[in-house]
Amino acid sequence: MTLTVKERRNKSGTVLVATGEINSETSGALLQALLPLVREGRPLRIDLTAVTYVSSAGLRTLLVVYREAQHAGVAVTLYGVSEEVRFVMSATGFLDFFETGEAAAAAARAKVAR
Amino acid sequence: MSETSSEQVLRVDAYPTHEVGGYRVRAGKPFPFGANVVPGGVSFSVFSDQATSMTLVIFKRGEPEPMAELQFPEEFRTGSVFAMTVFGLDHENIEYGYRADGPFDPATGHRFDARQVLSDPYARLIAGRDVWGVEPDRSRGYQYRSRVCLQDFDWADDTPLRIPAEDLVVYEAHVRGFTRHPSSGVTAPGTFAGLREKIPYLKELGINCIELLPVFEFDESDNPRTNPETGERLYDYWGYNTVSFFAPKAGYAATGRYGMQGDEFRTLIKDLHAAGIEVILDVVFNHTAEGNELGPTISFKGLDNATYYMLTPEGYYFNFSGTGNTVNCNHPVVRNFVLDCLRHWVADYHIDGFRFDLAAILGRSADGTPLPNPPLLELLAFDPVLRHTKLIAEAWDAGGLYEVGNFPAYGRWAEWNGKYRDTVRSFLKGDPGVTGELATRIAGSPDLYSSRGTSASVNFLTAHDGFTLADLVSYNDKHNEANGEGNNDGGNDNASWNCGAEGPTDDPEVSALRLRQMKNALAILFTSQGIPMLLAGDEVARTQLGNNNTYCQDNELSWFDWDQVDGNAELLRFTREMIGFRKHHRELRSTSHPTGRLRDSLGLPDISWHGERAWQPDWSAESRLLAVARCGAGDEDVVYVAMNSHWEPHDLELPALPGGRSWHLFADTGAEAPYDIRTPGTEQELDNAGKYLIGPRSVVILVGRANDPDPRDD
Repeated sequence: MTLTVKERRNKSGTVLVATGEINSETSGALLQALLPLVREGRPLRIDLTAVTYVSSAGLRTLLVVYREAQHAGVAVTLYGVSEEVRFVMSATGFLDFFETGEAAAAAARAKVAR
Repeated sequence: MSETSSEQVLRVDAYPTHEVGGYRVRAGKPFPFGANVVPGGVSFSVFSDQATSMTLVIFKRGEPEPMAELQFPEEFRTGSVFAMTVFGLDHENIEYGYRADGPFDPATGHRFDARQVLSDPYARLIAGRDVWGVEPDRSRGYQYRSRVCLQDFDWADDTPLRIPAEDLVVYEAHVRGFTRHPSSGVTAPGTFAGLREKIPYLKELGINCIELLPVFEFDESDNPRTNPETGERLYDYWGYNTVSFFAPKAGYAATGRYGMQGDEFRTLIKDLHAAGIEVILDVVFNHTAEGNELGPTISFKGLDNATYYMLTPEGYYFNFSGTGNTVNCNHPVVRNFVLDCLRHWVADYHIDGFRFDLAAILGRSADGTPLPNPPLLELLAFDPVLRHTKLIAEAWDAGGLYEVGNFPAYGRWAEWNGKYRDTVRSFLKGDPGVTGELATRIAGSPDLYSSRGTSASVNFLTAHDGFTLADLVSYNDKHNEANGEGNNDGGNDNASWNCGAEGPTDDPEVSALRLRQMKNALAILFTSQGIPMLLAGDEVARTQLGNNNTYCQDNELSWFDWDQVDGNAELLRFTREMIGFRKHHRELRSTSHPTGRLRDSLGLPDISWHGERAWQPDWSAESRLLAVARCGAGDEDVVYVAMNSHWEPHDLELPALPGGRSWHLFADTGAEAPYDIRTPGTEQELDNAGKYLIGPRSVVILVGRANDPDPRDD
């Protein structure tokens, strides 16, 4: 299973759309695609809607990107995380480190409600 | 851009020097043992004293046949350690093992067989039993497959809680059994993740330490028996049969099928710590899953049988564990293995302590003789990494060595106090002649632990091994037919009493007495000096229908039924308040044994004994009533506990309190709920200050504290 990545830029930042599996074979390429985007300093959204599986190495890669972004003061959001991937991320603690798009949206709604 | 980015640090040893079997390799470093990811590859290191050659066997993940076999070049051997770095491996998608060649001569202790692929004793992950209960394909040659993983979990600010031993309230639980029942309502029943969802329950209960039955990788399917009543297969459910000591059990992880059990378990530990709950692991170093000469060869047997096992002069296995083999744990190499293992769990999993199964074996020499100064026990007591972990011994073994009170402790080891369990059980059922020993046990067993203090005693009435609390008061005899051994397994000496009917009953009087007896047990346990341990589910009267050895029962007999949280809310409330009471009163947690000396501030001794008459305990053989008053340890209050196992009520004369104090009722197990117990701090002042009528088979707890303000003063 391969992984393809596509970038999309809009006013509010950059969206990277990933399709396929993020595992030890494909995570290197994902890292190479993401690190330059982090360096640009624009808000980054990683769209995982078409990602079917994230392995242990894949989760570690995402966390490395997230750490780099934190260090650079860049906002990174995960988006479109499938139920299965979300469960794996939750059970293994990775979800605690990420702001996912759904959570960010819920927080924004809560803010409006207040 | 951070300095910690993916930019590689250049290292000279990141380049191969040889080619073996089509792979680029170089000599590895002997330490650390195991498989470790290094720049550009994976470094493998394995010990064998007598192997003539060693071959690394690599499989593509899940494939039956190897993709490569790499014999270690002779120059890659340092002493008895074979070490090699293999470049270009995708560590996430391989499994590995070893073939060790050498003599097969059981009479001299050697069982080398190069046809076998052996699991790495230091493997941090094991594949092959990824999902609990899935029937394995036994036709495959290599069953328990070592895997490589990174040890880079992000612990954030997690640090050891270092709860003082005397403040612990231990809760003994089975990872799977705790949430596997359909009533648990968790996302992934029977897993670390499931247990994580129940942390709020544990916090509310008030426990601050969870002791988990074995979590090192074991094979639940290695039990060949079936239930004779139903024909259903039986399992190795408890897991006291370790396959791999450094690897968390994949079948206990919802993500085990993805190989993420390590991170899932760490996440559970991290969240337990955040909730103020320490984690103790029940560890089994006395034997392994390889059994005797008829058992399977998994790892140690084929790598260095004569080093790892205690062998008779004829080369057979000593069996002090009752399970076929005995680990030669005081051998210098083996004790380092045990040390490495425990350090791994402390450093990489943030484990707070260990309970050692059949720990008396850890004090035996290679021929089984008990050692006066067992080097392994000393090593663990003083090791820098383990320095602040709790070490708890099950201070006996199956070879007849019973060391409760005499375990070589080096000032560090606590013990499961089997004598506490036996004495309190005997008292509860109304045996005569027990009050004297009961006094000793509830005072922290000074006869056993005078030099170590009260926290050397882990007090318990029930544990995974034996009756649950509900069954202790519901069955005179064990009922283990479902285990398929003709009711011959499990202990016969249970000191249990069924309260008048064997097993389930509709008799309201019997049911009421059972509930009262459970409350009595909990009241005594949580007011005793020493570390209390509660068996998971006892707070809601979990039953195993009289089975006192459910090691093989992966079903509702063993699982925690969460419907009972509402169904037995009265007992649950009682347990919570008792735990809260213990936390409220420092004198119950005092580390020094009481001496009876006066406390200047109160004019009362730190401990005093009473009977029907204050200051006059009845130590006679027929006495079934004992009351104890404690004060001091920085507490302003006096705690009075009267325990009546007699079937008659008794009028108690209460000891007079120092000025400005009066007796307040905290608990009376003879009273109907909700008056059976109160929330600590809301005790009700007694009307008749000098007297109290204790009912039949009841425990009464009073607090002597400052008088309540007179409502007329308002």
